[in-house]
Amino acid sequence: MTTMSSDGHSRRDFLFIATGTVAAVGGAATLVPLVAQMNPDASTIAAGAPIEVDLTPITEGQAIKVFWRGKPIYISHRTKKEIEEAQKVSLADLPDPQTDAQRVKKGHDQWLVLVGICTHLGCIPIAHQGDYDGFFCPCHGSQYDTSGRIRRGPAPLNLAVPPYEFVSDSKIKIG
Amino acid sequence: MSGNTSNHQGWPYNLKTEAGEPYVIPQYEPQNGVLRWIESRLPIGGLLFGTAVSFPTPRNLNYWWTFGGILSFMLVVQIITGIVLVMHFTPHVDMAFNSVEAIMRDVNYGWLLRYLHANGASMFFVAVYIHMFRGMYYGSYKAPREILWILGVIIYLLMMATGFLGYTLPWGQMSFWGATVITNFFSAIPIVGESVVTWLWGGYGIGNPTLQRFFSLHYLLPFVIAGVVILHIWALHVVGQNNPTGVEPRTVKDVVPFTPYATVKDMFFMCVFCVVFAWFAFYIPNYLGHPDNYIPANPGVTPTHIVPEWYYLPFYAILRSIPDKLAGVCALFGSILLLAFLPWLDTSKVKSATYRPLYRQFFWIFVATCFVLGWLGSKPAEGGYVLASRVLTAWYFIHLLVVLPILGFVETPKALPNSISESVLKKGSVAALVALVIGLAATFGMTNSASAQDHAPNPPAVKWSFSGPFGKYDRGQLQRGFKVYREVCQACHSLSLVSFRNLAEKGGPEFSIAQAEAVAAEYKVKAEPDDNGDVNDRPARLADRFPAPFANEQAARASNGGAYPPDMSVLAKARGYERGFPLFIADIFTQYQEGGPDYLVAVLTGYENPPAGFKLPSASSFYNKYFPGHAIGMPKPLSDGQVEYGDGAPATVDQYSKDVTAFLMWAAEPHLEARKRLGLQVLAFLIILSGLLYFTKKKVWNDVHA
Ligand code: FES
Repeated sequence: MTTMSSDGHSRRDFLFIATGTVAAVGGAATLVPLVAQMNPDASTIAAGAPIEVDLTPITEGQAIKVFWRGKPIYISHRTKKEIEEAQKVSLADLPDPQTDAQRVKKGHDQWLVLVGICTHLGCIPIAHQGDYDGFFCPCHGSQYDTSGRIRRGPAPLNLAVPPYEFVSDSKIKIG
Repeated sequence: MSGNTSNHQGWPYNLKTEAGEPYVIPQYEPQNGVLRWIESRLPIGGLLFGTAVSFPTPRNLNYWWTFGGILSFMLVVQIITGIVLVMHFTPHVDMAFNSVEAIMRDVNYGWLLRYLHANGASMFFVAVYIHMFRGMYYGSYKAPREILWILGVIIYLLMMATGFLGYTLPWGQMSFWGATVITNFFSAIPIVGESVVTWLWGGYGIGNPTLQRFFSLHYLLPFVIAGVVILHIWALHVVGQNNPTGVEPRTVKDVVPFTPYATVKDMFFMCVFCVVFAWFAFYIPNYLGHPDNYIPANPGVTPTHIVPEWYYLPFYAILRSIPDKLAGVCALFGSILLLAFLPWLDTSKVKSATYRPLYRQFFWIFVATCFVLGWLGSKPAEGGYVLASRVLTAWYFIHLLVVLPILGFVETPKALPNSISESVLKKGSVAALVALVIGLAATFGMTNSASAQDHAPNPPAVKWSFSGPFGKYDRGQLQRGFKVYREVCQACHSLSLVSFRNLAEKGGPEFSIAQAEAVAAEYKVKAEPDDNGDVNDRPARLADRFPAPFANEQAARASNGGAYPPDMSVLAKARGYERGFPLFIADIFTQYQEGGPDYLVAVLTGYENPPAGFKLPSASSFYNKYFPGHAIGMPKPLSDGQVEYGDGAPATVDQYSKDVTAFLMWAAEPHLEARKRLGLQVLAFLIILSGLLYFTKKKVWNDVHA
């Protein structure tokens, strides 16, 4: 059988390397569509547009759940007592220190808006339950206070506050 | 995989060294301790080395031999794109069509993946037909390669089944009616036929159970094919490759190691093949399809002329040429199964047609027979076409059953060379390649040239800004077209696959977001049920689709004199007209894909007074020069001055027609610009890579040819 001879090494090597490189670049480029197709498609992104929620039907002491981008969002109309509890906690007691003021919109202390997904492993905590009167996650027992901050249990972080703003005193836009 | 003992005898050909000693193929030697450790426990390195590196390959293989590699490549392409498409496809009769459209519109690169998969199937068949004809020309099925050949026929059958199942999945008109016709083959079986068909359908007709099982099997079969391909390659490595002389290699001088020689040659030609593939997928992606398959499946209406995919056409012609149901189905299956018996039907001891002057002529007649049968398969089953199909069907069987057995006895073959290295092969293959490519191209085009039932003139060709390799939509035209749609067409026609957000997307009319929002706000859509359970209307948002003008088909018919104004989302791709020979061949090269738009403009401008003697079937139909059958249910929709343009474009029916058609083309193919842009990059890349591979191949083969 014929074997490769070694004359003309450098010119040959250059050609081989050039060909191999171009082929490798092409091969890598074909991965782009194969990977990109798994990202959210245009209709999913469009459906993730901001939503508006009317707050008027939510009575004091009530928490409702709405969905934005497929995630549960808690909107809690806090009572005086809940607000006070949330404000008087000393930051030193908190695993993820944050003041209540950092978690609500100025002048709208009574409205707490949270992504209702436990920061441990993704279960939905139950409102108005647990030792801190805030949220209790039934999966592994994480306890959140009336500001949605983690107080006890395996969750590392406070419940996230989604991007939102007040369009008027009684209407918010989430997203 | 290899039989280890035979290795010592120069497997696979009993090769001898130049000194006449048995030749021992180089064995895999692991480079380091880790590899040695693995190899002594799982000798996979040796297996791969023996299969793809040291395997002795006849040194005189021509480019026809690269199609085996190309086929493996296409199988991988189909499996990868297919797995990806399944992530977005919904196998349900109510959702399949729209989920395919969602792939085309919304999924990132979805249009690319679907067009690659759909055209990939055709390319797979192009390659398999070349591979099969090559085997026939060079007698590759003869001893000791009978099982190798039979495995190939099995793969081909599995491919046919897979292609058919896949074609039903988009659930368009051709999907539905193709599935109906093919499954009805089985109703020809005496006594149990009807039960078998009901069993295949999972119902009393084609329906959701059918779609779901076809989907399941379409996913399964490619992996079965991959399994049989492994057997095919295994058999190949036991008996070795045939070669253009048909004389088995005798000494090491007759062979070269698979790597790098065959590898680099295969890669070069694979790259050239990809240029053709890319041409189809990026520039004429719907050339091989049927406009009818962009119409959602309708169990109540059969398309006027149904045709299978081009790769089934010869067999379809055989089926139709026989006036008896059972005999027709038997002939169809028989024509394929007979191929498995070629090793015994061909009685000549000489393999290659190069040394068989008579067989060579019959071979080309047989190739021509298959092509013409393919062409006939695309024609309506009437008149001269039927007669021609019968003659050629008869010849197809005569060739296999009579000519081949007799030739072996009566033919005097030319003197065979003593060995491969001695042979001087004539380079006849270039002309043959050209002939075959043109022939294949011709068969392709048949699928588009199917309907001949009416005598409407061909629509005049309009000059479109979006035609050709650099085509782009004219934004102003799309915006005007949208105005025409809103002020005229929308009253009756829905546009249900288009969302308001699309109006602001790149590559479309490119309205601003604010403009698109304003448009959306003018439409009312159903809101979520409120707290009392009432469903109210709310203004549409960008994410919403255009609401339909009628609540359902019945309401639409009631308001339109019984006619159903079709949805316009993919209308521009769901219409077309017969191009005829030789235009349809030229269309491959000129990238003509505007049959739909040309037809739409022709219909919109084709209202005339009926010629003397033409009687309209009812008072609610109108004469149209270009509409098939001339009696259209839609009254002349456009008149001069009807829509006010702000940009100075003429307010004429002619201009309105072109503008609204351009808009509809965009609605049907919103990523056309991205497709053509990427196509150019891919083609440039492939051509550069082909060039590099060609020179690499030349360098590698230098010492062999010296
Ligand atoms: S998921 Fe909530 S505690 Fe584990």
